[in-house]
Amino acid sequence: MDPEHLAQLESALAHVTGFIYPNEVELHWSILIVIYPYLTGLVAGAFILASLEKVFNVKELQPTYRLALLTALAFLIVAPMPLQAHLGHPERAFEIFLTPNSASAMAMFGFVYAWYLMVVLLMEIWFDYRADLVRWRQSDKGVMKLVHWVVSLGSRDVSPAAVAFDRKAVQFITIVGIPSAFLLHGYVGFIFGSVKANPWWSSVLMPIVFLFSAIVSGISMVLLIYYVTTLLRRKELDMKCLNTLASFLLYALIIDLSLEALDFIHRLYESEESIEILEQLIFGKLFLSLTIVQILLGTIVPMVFLAAARFSELPDEMKRMIYFVAALLVQVGIFSTRWNVVIGGQLFSKSLRGLTAYKLELGGQEGLLVAIGLLVLPFLILALLLKILPPWEEAKTSPEPSEAPLA
Amino acid sequence: MIKSLLRSVIALRTWIRGWRRGSSSRKIPTQVIQLGVIFLAVGVGMFLLRQKFVPETFGDLGHYRAAAVAANAELELRYAGWQECAACHPDKVETKNASFHRNVSCEACHGPASDHTNRPMRLRPELPTGREPCLACHRYLASRPTGFPQIIEERHNPVRACTGCHDAHDPTPPESIQECSACHNTIARSKAVSPHAPLDCEVCHDTPAEHKMQPRAHVPKKPFEREFCGTCHARDAQPPEVIRDVDLTVYDIPRIDLITHGGTFVCWQCHYQHSPEAR
Amino acid sequence: MSQTYDRRKFLAEMLKFPPATIVLGVIGPVKLLAAAGDDDDGYEPTEHYYAMGIRVEECIGCGKCVQACKLENDVPDEPFYFRTWVERYIVYTDGEVQVDSPEGGIHGFPPVADESFPPVADGKEILRTFFVPKLCNHCDNPPCVQVCPVGATFKSQDGVVLVDEDYCIGCRYCIQACPYGARFLDPRTHTANKCTFCYHRITKGLLPACVEVCPTQARVFGEIGDRSTPLNRMMRMSHLEVLKPHMNTEPKVFYTALDGEVR
Repeated sequence: MDPEHLAQLESALAHVTGFIYPNEVELHWSILIVIYPYLTGLVAGAFILASLEKVFNVKELQPTYRLALLTALAFLIVAPMPLQAHLGHPERAFEIFLTPNSASAMAMFGFVYAWYLMVVLLMEIWFDYRADLVRWRQSDKGVMKLVHWVVSLGSRDVSPAAVAFDRKAVQFITIVGIPSAFLLHGYVGFIFGSVKANPWWSSVLMPIVFLFSAIVSGISMVLLIYYVTTLLRRKELDMKCLNTLASFLLYALIIDLSLEALDFIHRLYESEESIEILEQLIFGKLFLSLTIVQILLGTIVPMVFLAAARFSELPDEMKRMIYFVAALLVQVGIFSTRWNVVIGGQLFSKSLRGLTAYKLELGGQEGLLVAIGLLVLPFLILALLLKILPPWEEAKTSPEPSEAPLA
Repeated sequence: MIKSLLRSVIALRTWIRGWRRGSSSRKIPTQVIQLGVIFLAVGVGMFLLRQKFVPETFGDLGHYRAAAVAANAELELRYAGWQECAACHPDKVETKNASFHRNVSCEACHGPASDHTNRPMRLRPELPTGREPCLACHRYLASRPTGFPQIIEERHNPVRACTGCHDAHDPTPPESIQECSACHNTIARSKAVSPHAPLDCEVCHDTPAEHKMQPRAHVPKKPFEREFCGTCHARDAQPPEVIRDVDLTVYDIPRIDLITHGGTFVCWQCHYQHSPEAR
Repeated sequence: MSQTYDRRKFLAEMLKFPPATIVLGVIGPVKLLAAAGDDDDGYEPTEHYYAMGIRVEECIGCGKCVQACKLENDVPDEPFYFRTWVERYIVYTDGEVQVDSPEGGIHGFPPVADESFPPVADGKEILRTFFVPKLCNHCDNPPCVQVCPVGATFKSQDGVVLVDEDYCIGCRYCIQACPYGARFLDPRTHTANKCTFCYHRITKGLLPACVEVCPTQARVFGEIGDRSTPLNRMMRMSHLEVLKPHMNTEPKVFYTALDGEVR
């Protein structure tokens, strides 16, 4: 047996307070499982943001539409990696497709993921970029020509009829995509919310809380990426777009906070047998990450910032900075939300009589370095995607169509 | 199977071509066909892989590998079971089965023995020595059930091994047990460590001699009124004959006002007479 | 044995009769041979349905069950992996409850109370105190089986919840889903591991190791519906409780004299 792992368990045992079942010393879902809902949340949130432009016709968000789609794709590609890395037998992961247990929420992961990746996200991106890809190919040289040929799947047709069909397809896929995005992250919430053995997780609100925190995280992430990429390309930020993003972020934050408050009040009022240990948890081991980081720094402060900047007469430069800082805080807040759910849910014993500890290791398969790697990877993939499929306005090969052909 | 699949793919292609030629207004865009082919290929690929890789016995009995049941049943035995011991050591098992240790299996003290039963001469089971193996069960712990025989090791013959006085296979204590405790062991053990230890059972229970022969036909009497307890515990009661030899300056009898104490309750509704906790 | 004989005799008779041979040739071999195979080890899982009784009032906290379980089932020695363990509950007169299970109780329990009566620990008077053995409850409605994504843990035909360690992917959802903390991840195989009621023993007609070594018969093993057995008697005569009944897991480990403080 791994002596390092044993030493870790022994130090955890030293930090146990009260009584825990002897098998509970080992905390099973580590930082990697914190990253998983964080990433899928970003995917769902970014997609829902993109759909605002297409389905709900929020034209101000046009500059971030393609960027949001690519962001969603980059994070979606990485999302299953922490899961895979966390398995005791990663080489057996394919069994989830071979013999999925229809009663298991986790078994449905493969199907929800495949549906979302293949049917929704990739298809929407493909249809949206297809005409551009075909035209880029003609001017491309070298490797890029080949890449664009592969990505376009060898498609050649850029007739007005074909392009019109593309648009219709995108519209249709987006409409299918919204419930799919809800499904993707709502389902992640369900994985936790349906564990009746764990009073911290077991809540019917869990999927909905996850969903709205996903929307919050997705909007703020796209805002950050839009901000940074535009500055890096030395272009002008579209202030209308930023203002709209900030408004939606504020609305989503309000709903998110209300839901969390509802969940909290509901638990407090019902005051079931678990309330005592959860109280110890919230005011003890989770005080910093829940009260300070998640609620204060990650929700209330950004809300105040956004509201103040959005509805005031500040100069644009100032507003931008405030949006940027607020979005950054929201990211930190959402990450600690995931932490508080996943790690927090395992810090107390199911005997409801004691607390255990989680010590994040630096190295190793489930250590901090791997976690940081998995958090950086989506940005590298996004950089690559931005090279292959530039979402910028100036890269477009045809003018934005008028509304008429769609109707 | 692959051949038939290929054939159906070709058929589908011809059908789509025919359909396209037939009506130009309902033409399927080329991009949809491209995607369709890819999706079909992925779908068929997944289907074939699944057919190939699903384990053989999966689903025979339920949503699991039926072979896993056998795998769970394959583990090697370490504990042989007392019946195995009895085959070669009938005398020991017979003695034990007639004693207070009748429910203690051989391997509870001697450890796992299947190595020994497989190769009796080569591998010997454990032979417990010293006091610790017995104390594992018989050391006094407050959480142990009342009546279970326990000793306080510092006070119970601290210099001798248990087997010096007790035969582990027939651990009856050297002095013969009191008659009542033979059947009412739990009560006797509680009383033995309680303030009522000096009292004989007969002090409170008037017991007909026939009770020992036909316990249910001749039931001993039980106290039924407060005044009975009051013969010792009332304010002005004289200590009864039976406890005259107890030093009452060390342990005084708790006294109560028989009229006001405890309202309308009788004594045994609040106190357990065999180990009363009032001090 | 007689069943095997009858079946063989029946086959032999049938072979003498040509039309029957044809019928047998079509439908016979698969079924009859499969049945004959089952007879070889003489165990028919559909004829059993196992359960366990735990008489809390008899448990002396000696820890022999924990030792025997670890030895019999090759459970890792370290005090973080248990298929069964024993808890000690101490309820004080002021209502405080203290629970401990040092190394799962494998070496017994250190005395905490003095020798007075009623006992006193930490300067406080103890109201009542007792031991509670714990193990997998082999739920009839097992949440661990429900959540396993691949079907690597399951309820067998004889009512035992088992793990397929050659198929488990090590996702640990089952460990999260178990309300009783009865599962752990085996650090050697990286797969879920838990009590099997000593499946390798009970299918041979032996008792589970913990039941075999229990000196006070606090553990009673048997089958539901089997008449005139110790378990049946216990279930008939006692007030039975299960752990966390509100979870609706329908445990098949039944407790007598279970205190309300036990979770």
